[in-house]
Amino acid sequence: MCAQISQSDGESIFADLDDEGSEREEEISPRKRQLRLYRRALGEQWRVLSQDNLVVASVITLLFFITMAITAPFVAPYGQTERLTADDGTIAQWEQPFWYGGEGGYVLGTTAEGYDLFSQLLYGSRAALLVGLLAAVFVAGIGTMVGLVSGYYGGRVDDALMRLVDFMYGLPLLPTVILLVALAGPSLVNLILAIIVLQWRTTARVIRSQALSLRERPFVKAAKVAGASDRHIILKHLAPNVLPLTFLYGAFSIAWAILTEAGVAFLGLGDPNHVSWGTMLQSARSYNALTHEAWWWFLPPGICIALVVISGFLIGRGYEEITNPELQE
Amino acid sequence: MGRAQFVVRRTLQLIVTLWAVATALFLLFRSMPGDPTTYIVDPSLSGEARERLIESYGLNEPLHVQYMIYIQDVATLSFGQSFHSNRAVRDIIALYLPRTLLLMLTAFFFAYLIGITVGIIAGWRRNSDFERRSVFIALIARSFPDFWVGLIVLWIFGAWLDVIPMSGMRSGGIQYDSYWNVELWLDTIWHLIAPAAVLGFYLMGYPLLLMRNSMLEVLSQDFIEVCRARGLKERSIMFKHAARNALLPIVTAGAVALGYAVGGSVLIETVFGWPGMGREMVNAVLRRDYPVAQGTFFIFAMTVILLNFIADLAYGFLDPRVTYD
Repeated sequence: MCAQISQSDGESIFADLDDEGSEREEEISPRKRQLRLYRRALGEQWRVLSQDNLVVASVITLLFFITMAITAPFVAPYGQTERLTADDGTIAQWEQPFWYGGEGGYVLGTTAEGYDLFSQLLYGSRAALLVGLLAAVFVAGIGTMVGLVSGYYGGRVDDALMRLVDFMYGLPLLPTVILLVALAGPSLVNLILAIIVLQWRTTARVIRSQALSLRERPFVKAAKVAGASDRHIILKHLAPNVLPLTFLYGAFSIAWAILTEAGVAFLGLGDPNHVSWGTMLQSARSYNALTHEAWWWFLPPGICIALVVISGFLIGRGYEEITNPELQE
Repeated sequence: MGRAQFVVRRTLQLIVTLWAVATALFLLFRSMPGDPTTYIVDPSLSGEARERLIESYGLNEPLHVQYMIYIQDVATLSFGQSFHSNRAVRDIIALYLPRTLLLMLTAFFFAYLIGITVGIIAGWRRNSDFERRSVFIALIARSFPDFWVGLIVLWIFGAWLDVIPMSGMRSGGIQYDSYWNVELWLDTIWHLIAPAAVLGFYLMGYPLLLMRNSMLEVLSQDFIEVCRARGLKERSIMFKHAARNALLPIVTAGAVALGYAVGGSVLIETVFGWPGMGREMVNAVLRRDYPVAQGTFFIFAMTVILLNFIADLAYGFLDPRVTYD
């Protein structure tokens, strides 16, 4: 996350060009300068974002679930698929939560197979966040690079890449992910790959249209005249300027990836070696937890999914206000 | 480039995209590990009968011959026969697609009707409690997984209050002699309400937020002031002048969204046991019924591609300012 709060004094992200030639700048290595450039851009964005309480709450929510995922093995009282037995030696099936009158002291009761629901909920955050964060990083990264290259070079490169994007837009998200995962074998890695393959298209299209207009701006032309390489211009002049958009689509990707993972797992194509919130809901459905009215089984996973997804959407909306000043009040 | 040229180019692009999807599908299915013959042919069959069955499915031909047969099949929308039930895939699609469309179009209609209306009012009353609440509800609607909301609805209204059926599209045990039976339709509608409502709630968020943003943009333009200066009624400015101009992006985005929504029907159909094409596709994928999986997937992809195409054309016809270059 962009948690560093920079104390920068409102200099623009083009400072790199404004400062060209000043003695102070020459003492710093180019790498450090680039890092500072990005840090300053992030700091500026965070200053705008942190004015919105909802965005701050979303970041805190995400951090909470990340902590949950990391600490799951230490906090969870039982293993994710550890069959529990009651005092009399039978399997502890359908136990109610202890605060609801259930026996055995289970925080959220047990499943029909005798697994501890609270432990499953904690472990389930790992699959969701792994899929959400990894997919988002790659979706935003690949989408941004393709968009920048396409928009900057134009011509044949642009044509070829955009036809590929058009083709990708012809694929419906969920059915395609289901096909890919079913054929390649249900695992978290395959699921993440399938989501990445399908989702970079949106980011690429939006970033490309930005790159098309940035390309014509004086600071890019100046850099070109000064003899900067294409690589240099793309990475140091274009990329920092589309960063808010990259984060916007990255944040939305977290939300979409987690919803997709939950849906695919709910259909029975989840990773059999990892419990996720989606697989919890799937087993709740197949064991008829609905007619047993075992709401402690199917309510918590859905609420967790929704909280992470809402956080992703709200952070994305925060970035939307940065990238689209018309929305600012 | 003129409009006619644009239509021609866009149509060619449509055909190329359809071909690319069909080819990708072919390569995907043929390159996967696992021998499809083991799923078609009963292992207890003797050698010769087995050979004959494999031959009848064309699975003994070399790959490029299979590809030529496949492309011809796709062009005529015939995807062979189901490995599982032996019925023609075309018949299976003809049976399941209308059911999916019934559910999807009902949900879509109400979602856009409500979403657009609320979006207009939200954009008009900027910074009011109404705007904040409706934007919040739209976000909630898009964030809760629709299949989970479906589970909750089934739990409350089905298992607990017992006012909606737990599963299916029709009550069992009753035979109807024709489609035009009132009771049959009432029964279907009774089964339709819950899944359509859940799906509609999920789909509503997008047009709502889009319409609000579009309204904000239109309301900042000068002609709204002119309308006010002419002394037009506020209500008339809101619906007749502002909303009509703000509607264009929603029409085209809605067409695209409809295409993707049809593919997204997989989950809601599974939760409510609605016997539609999405559920059929998942079942086919799970039992490695390749022809059915391919056929249903291709229909989903075709829906997306066709509606994208229609949206692109509609944009040019609805907005005279659009230039083609």
